[in-house]
Amino acid sequence: MKKFLEGSWALAEAAKLCRPGVVAAYPITPQTHIVEHLAQFVANGSLSAESVNVESEHSAASVVLGSQAAGVRSFTCTSSQGLLLMAEVVFCIAGMRLPVMMVCANRAISAPINIWNDQQDSISLRDSGWIQLYAENNQEAVDLIIAGHKIGENSKIMLPIMVCVDGFILTHGMETVDMPDQELVDKFLPAYNPPYKLDVDNPMSFGLLGDPTVYIETRYAIQKTMDQVLDEVVKVGKEYSSLTKRDSVRLVEEYRIDDAEIVLVAMGSVCGSIKDVIDMQRETGKKVGLLKVVTYRPFPKEAIKKALNKAKYIGVVDKDISLGSDGALYSEVKAILSSDKKVSGFVAGLGGRDIKVSSINTIIDLTEKEVNSCKFIDLKQELLWDEFKV
Amino acid sequence: MDREHFQENLYVSGHTACAGCGQSMAVRIVMNAAGKNTMVANSTGCLEVFSTKAPETAFALPWIHSLFENSAAVASGVELGLKYLKKNKDINIISQAGDGGTGDIGLQAISGMLERGHNILYVCYDNEAYMNTGIQRSGSTPFYANTTTTPIGKLSSGNTRPKKPMVEICAAHHIPYSATASVANPKDIEKKVKKALSIEGPKYLQIHVPCPLGWKTESQSTIEVAKLAVQTGLYPLVEYEYGKLVKVTKITSPKPVEEYLKVQGRFRHLLKNKEDLAKVQQVADNNIEYYGLK
Repeated sequence: MKKFLEGSWALAEAAKLCRPGVVAAYPITPQTHIVEHLAQFVANGSLSAESVNVESEHSAASVVLGSQAAGVRSFTCTSSQGLLLMAEVVFCIAGMRLPVMMVCANRAISAPINIWNDQQDSISLRDSGWIQLYAENNQEAVDLIIAGHKIGENSKIMLPIMVCVDGFILTHGMETVDMPDQELVDKFLPAYNPPYKLDVDNPMSFGLLGDPTVYIETRYAIQKTMDQVLDEVVKVGKEYSSLTKRDSVRLVEEYRIDDAEIVLVAMGSVCGSIKDVIDMQRETGKKVGLLKVVTYRPFPKEAIKKALNKAKYIGVVDKDISLGSDGALYSEVKAILSSDKKVSGFVAGLGGRDIKVSSINTIIDLTEKEVNSCKFIDLKQELLWDEFKV
Repeated sequence: MDREHFQENLYVSGHTACAGCGQSMAVRIVMNAAGKNTMVANSTGCLEVFSTKAPETAFALPWIHSLFENSAAVASGVELGLKYLKKNKDINIISQAGDGGTGDIGLQAISGMLERGHNILYVCYDNEAYMNTGIQRSGSTPFYANTTTTPIGKLSSGNTRPKKPMVEICAAHHIPYSATASVANPKDIEKKVKKALSIEGPKYLQIHVPCPLGWKTESQSTIEVAKLAVQTGLYPLVEYEYGKLVKVTKITSPKPVEEYLKVQGRFRHLLKNKEDLAKVQQVADNNIEYYGLK
């Protein structure tokens, strides 16, 4: 049913529809409303989960590690410093092949402390073995949460899922969201039935020491499974689409790309603004398109290559930066394209700086000029040291 | 090993603990006392390394490890999972770690677990230093012990701080049960584990476990050394219920601390120094008075 909802409410509803047995989270802006809504659902009796108020994100992640290992679908959510505090547990959850669901309300990383949106937090954990899905809007976020469970919990996959949702822009934004009804979700998503769990009748040890004789194979296994996830996203996406008539669950979305000479590549909510700018520029005759990356881990190399095949100029927009190198998405896109492709990289919107129509127009102009590396957009000259002024 | 050993024990031989490892002995006693309807969340440390090297495990009950500081939180998750599955009434949950994983890096997680009231028994195997990484000082290292990060030297008699009082810190959460035990008294451990598991809510048990490698003791003398710690008053065996001291193991004629110190390399430097020796004796005397051990 279509409802006009605050993003966090929609995300909490989506989490609830998946019937988690354990919810553990620690409040952090801008994720807070999600935790509050889930606590309220439990208090009202509309969600029959064990909900626990832990003393840190480290423990939130550790609790869901334990409960998922006990054979129970588990949900957590965080942002920014919270995700970094979870970091070592995040790696363990993937290494132990536990399909925990996490919503990351994307926020900048300290210092300086900044509660506003960029994607540095989840990007910093891209190597952890989690499936990472980036939502453009709350409808997509809802769909990715529901379908994400099915992808990660597949007994051949068994990997955790992080649904990345731009903090404030989505979490605190009011949008119309078509919430699937419980019956549909129950039909789509079977009860969690893992191939292994803590069980007194069949005792197993989880989280063993893996010395040099076995460790590398555990990493290879995740890497190979990630290849299978690409197929699974497509498969589950089709199934979800047949039930909801929405194609949110996918590797990439191509927007006005067929005849486009200039193609921007981006992830998350900025894609909405980019689409609007594309429509405006199309009216003036400029052939611009967008490739939106939804599934960032595993990285859908073939789908991206295919989509960018005809593009003359490519501009990749990152809301993150690998300091001392480039934006993450830019360096990965560039790495898979042939060297004759004209690819430019842009870093924008860090720490919540608005990415405006003018910012996107600038990005499109510069892409056509081929700036070729990591170019920061909308810098304030007056805040820069003299030697850094551009 | 004969078949009986594997049938009778929930923590079995084949692990790679050092000869005379006090922790390994205590683990077997705790696991057997808890019984097979038990799940264990283990922190990183010696125990995890020597008992569960893939593809082998010494645990015949469900066991989970992920990190150094989080077994209390992982156990909390396991407990909540079982509660959701409505299996929590029949299954014991034990969270266990060494003293570093408990009182230092794991303190926040254990405090959270106690405060939230999970039905979990937390067992700390106290060998009084970071043994897994090579005998570095922990908050549980006793006064004047020689460790690799509190080495003795011209200007140093070893560790300058007394042990962190973890049993009191846990008791201060007003949990139903917080106690100490010694590997020298297996029956007492068994009794305390069973008692703890019979109580609903969070429980803490700290077991003194000599480490021959770290304490520089003979591997056959582990039990003897542990016994001396109790008999001198340096390791009081106490029980707290809801924050109140309710029971202590009496030592009617305490032995001088020198008897405990002289059998351990980590304290050898004290034997030549009457002043330092007197300071350690003072620690024991204070314990005897504070806990009413006599």
